[in-house]
Parts: sequence; C-alpha cells; structure tokens
Amino acid sequence: MVDHLLGIQGLSKSEIYRYLDTAHSFVEVSERDIKKVPTLRGKTIVNVFFEPSTRTLSSFDIAGKRLSADTINVSIGSSSVKKGETLLDTVRTLESMNPDVLVMRHSESGAPHFASRYLSRTSVVNAGDGAHEHPTQALLDLLTLRQHFATKKRGLEGLRVGFVGDVRHSRVARSSIWAHLTLGNEVRLIGPNTLVPTDFAKGAFGTDSVRVYNDLAKGLEGLDVVVSLRMQLERQEEHYVPNLDEYSKEYCVSERMLAKYAPDSIVIHPGPMNRGTEISGDVADGPRSLIRQQVTNGVAVRMAVLYLLARTVGATEEVGHG
Amino acid sequence: MTTKYKPVPREWQLVMDEDTIARAVSRMSFEILEKDRDIKNLAIVGIRTGGEFLGKRLQQEIQRIEGVDVTYGVIDITLYRDDLSSAQSQPTLRGTDLPFRIAGSRIVLVDDVLFTGRTIRSALDAIIDFGRPRRVELAVLCDRGYRELPIQADYVGKVVPCQRSQLVRVRLSEMGYRDGAYLIDREER
Repeated sequence: MVDHLLGIQGLSKSEIYRYLDTAHSFVEVSERDIKKVPTLRGKTIVNVFFEPSTRTLSSFDIAGKRLSADTINVSIGSSSVKKGETLLDTVRTLESMNPDVLVMRHSESGAPHFASRYLSRTSVVNAGDGAHEHPTQALLDLLTLRQHFATKKRGLEGLRVGFVGDVRHSRVARSSIWAHLTLGNEVRLIGPNTLVPTDFAKGAFGTDSVRVYNDLAKGLEGLDVVVSLRMQLERQEEHYVPNLDEYSKEYCVSERMLAKYAPDSIVIHPGPMNRGTEISGDVADGPRSLIRQQVTNGVAVRMAVLYLLARTVGATEEVGHG
Repeated sequence: MTTKYKPVPREWQLVMDEDTIARAVSRMSFEILEKDRDIKNLAIVGIRTGGEFLGKRLQQEIQRIEGVDVTYGVIDITLYRDDLSSAQSQPTLRGTDLPFRIAGSRIVLVDDVLFTGRTIRSALDAIIDFGRPRRVELAVLCDRGYRELPIQADYVGKVVPCQRSQLVRVRLSEMGYRDGAYLIDREER
C-alpha cells in the first residue's frame, strides 16, 4: 500500500499526532553538526512545481537531502503546459524516472489527487494545490504551536484560533482549519466580507462551529493564536478590497490591537509577509511572533512526511533486526 | 513490597531472574571500571528502547561504586536501520539525546539482547555522525548468538543458548514488570 499526503481533510487526530511526533525527532537532527541521516539512501524524490515557489521548494529539497535521498527539482512553470502537454502526460513522464516520492505544487486544486490516482509505486505529497490545501504548512504550524504551548504546560487542544485576512484564497488557512477542527479547537475567521464570506465556513467545512467576524477587535478577543494570512497582492485586480491602505487600517494585525484584545496571544504567518499590510513590523519581530520557528520547523515536518511516506513505497516483508 | 507487576505469558521460560540480573549489572559495572580507570571521559549510552533502562542502571551502579557522576545518553537507531522498507514494522521515532562531547569520549553502548548485531551496527553509524569517540565498547544483558555481522560484546550478563527461531525478551521494573529475561518459543515462519 502506497500512502499519500494530499490534504489535512480526512486525517484523523492520531494521524496528525503521528506526523507531529515524528517531526519532533527530526528537529534534533537539524541541530546536529552533521545534519544528515542515512534513512532514505537510494530513494528518489522528485519535487515538481507547476507554480513558482522558493521557500516550500527549498524546504522540501533540504528535507530530502538531510534524509540522504536523491532529490530532483523540476520547475515546470508554463513551458510544457504551453507546449500542450497534459498533466497526465507530465505525470507519466515523471513516473518513468521511477521516483519513490513525488512532491507536487500546482495552481489547480486537486492536481496532486489526480496524479496520485495514476501512480501505483509513488507516494504523492501535496505541496499546495490552488486554493485547496497545503498540508505540510498546516503541520508545521501545528508543530510550532505545540512547542510553544508545551512551555505553558498546555497541549494543542482547547485553543482559540483566529485566521485574519484573505481566508478565501488561502490554501494554508483551509488545511489549518481542517486540522484545528479535527483537534476540537475553536476556529474564527476574521476579515472583510469579500475575503471571508459569511457562509464560507459552512460551505467549505460543513460546520456551524466556525464563526465569522468582520470586525478585527471583536474577532481577536480572547484568542490564544492569531494566524495572519498573506494578502495576495496579485489578486488586487479582482477588487476584493477597495485599496490596501484601507484594508490595513481595518485588518492589520498590530501590537496595539493585540495588546488590547488578545494580550496573551501568539502570532504565526505562513509567509512571505507584506509588512504593514496584514501584519505590522512590531508584531512580526516582536515577542509574540513564532514566524522564525515556523521556517525551522518546516524542514523537520517535511522530513517527517517524507520519512513516513517513503517507507511505504516498495515495502517488503519484515526483516529481522536484533 | 506489595508492588503489583504486570504478568508475562506463562509459556515464557525464565532464564534470568531479579537477583541474577542485579548481580550481572553489578559485575558488568566492575568490569567496565576495571578495563579503563579513566572514567572522566566515560559515557554510558543506552540504545532505545531495550538498552535505555539497563544503561541507566549501569550508570547508577558505576556512580555508586565510584562516588562520581557518570555521563548518560540515549540513542535512537531507527533512522539508521537497514530494514526501513518493511511495512509491518512501524517503529516510532523517540529521538537521540547525547548531552556530552562525543569526540575523545569512551562510550559504552548498552542493549538488552545481542542477536544479529545489526542494531549495534546502526548504533555505531549513529554515534559516528555525532563525532569521533576515542573508543566504543558494548555491554549487553543477554548474548543469544546467531550474529549476522562481525560484532561482539565486551561485557555480557549471560550467554543464552537457544535456537534461531526462539525469541529472547527482557522485562524490567521500569516497564512495570518484575525483572526477568525470558526465552520464548515461536512458530517457524
């Protein structure tokens, strides 16, 4: 049985914790002098990105290399697509390289799911598909929160989590919301009606438990975790907000607002940040920010995902050890 | 003592009882000290999970005898195994913790049962990724034979003669059992 990681939706609580527990061990590997273990020696990982990305791609690349796998990065951009090659043809071409894991980013929702149906000997990892899911980002956010709340003698459950900003277009938010709902946390969505439609939660997650706030102050009140989402500037032509200045006046996560309405909260952001638009500099660089830890944890989480999936590929009968 | 221990299956055959294990730990501690008087650089490293508690006991016994602190660490060899692609076994990563400088140290690796030698091979690889120890030695509670690699223990609690197909299991009070080593018959596969 080949396993895939296509989304957080449908993962059980124990599956989520299995990824986090494994990632916890890989944090230590990245702190060693020799940041490499021989675990996936001889395995091939193809990172195929149909959409530009620096952070996620380099994070997956480093993760694979630290596990001693051979990693190949293929940036397809629009070239092959322009030449008329279908996604299926591209997937079949990559399959002929016989990879053990295929890490895929695509601008179309569902592309990794589609690929996984045609691959029998390759694990597929979704590295972001359209506005649908970005599961490894959600897992690294959870790992970061888990580390933080462990110092407060709290776990990952029973938290109040608010997503602020462009929820509509955010695959990070979607994956994270699924995770927090599975963990039983309170989830709030905060933003203008155009980016956080009132009926959005019901439609996307099939639940009434997610509350929508158009007012930042009301939404922040009593939160443990504030997830500031990137304002997708490239979407500004579509006029979801009148202009960025006005947006930031209403919805920028600033120290002034947090100190007043959610004084004990911590802040995460999936990056890259637009300072002054969705998050202020004093929050991003301040004591509540866990943004730097998120990047470090990204590698550990991706190592865990690659490790847990690659071992299901080409699995044979159990060999003795002693 | 009215401590309630978890029971082991009745068909398990006892090969080392509480007293034998205590004496073996004590003897091995003396042997470790006798072999090299320099205990300043000595570090006891238990292999998770079987060698973890045993390593701790050796460390405490040596500390008791010498009246000095002895460094202790644990090593998780999961990432160094040579049988990763086996779907049935899903070992959980528990992490490595070596809170001392490896370079120049004298390491005594500790495991409960020495069998094929593959675990020890993995542990050696793992340690060498952290630095270059001056020497690495091996202490095991049970040596059951049937090696698949050229690896031998420096300190052995007991040699347990058995068949290839049989299992040797160690249960300790730290896991909630009465201390004991057992020989178990297993169906040939």
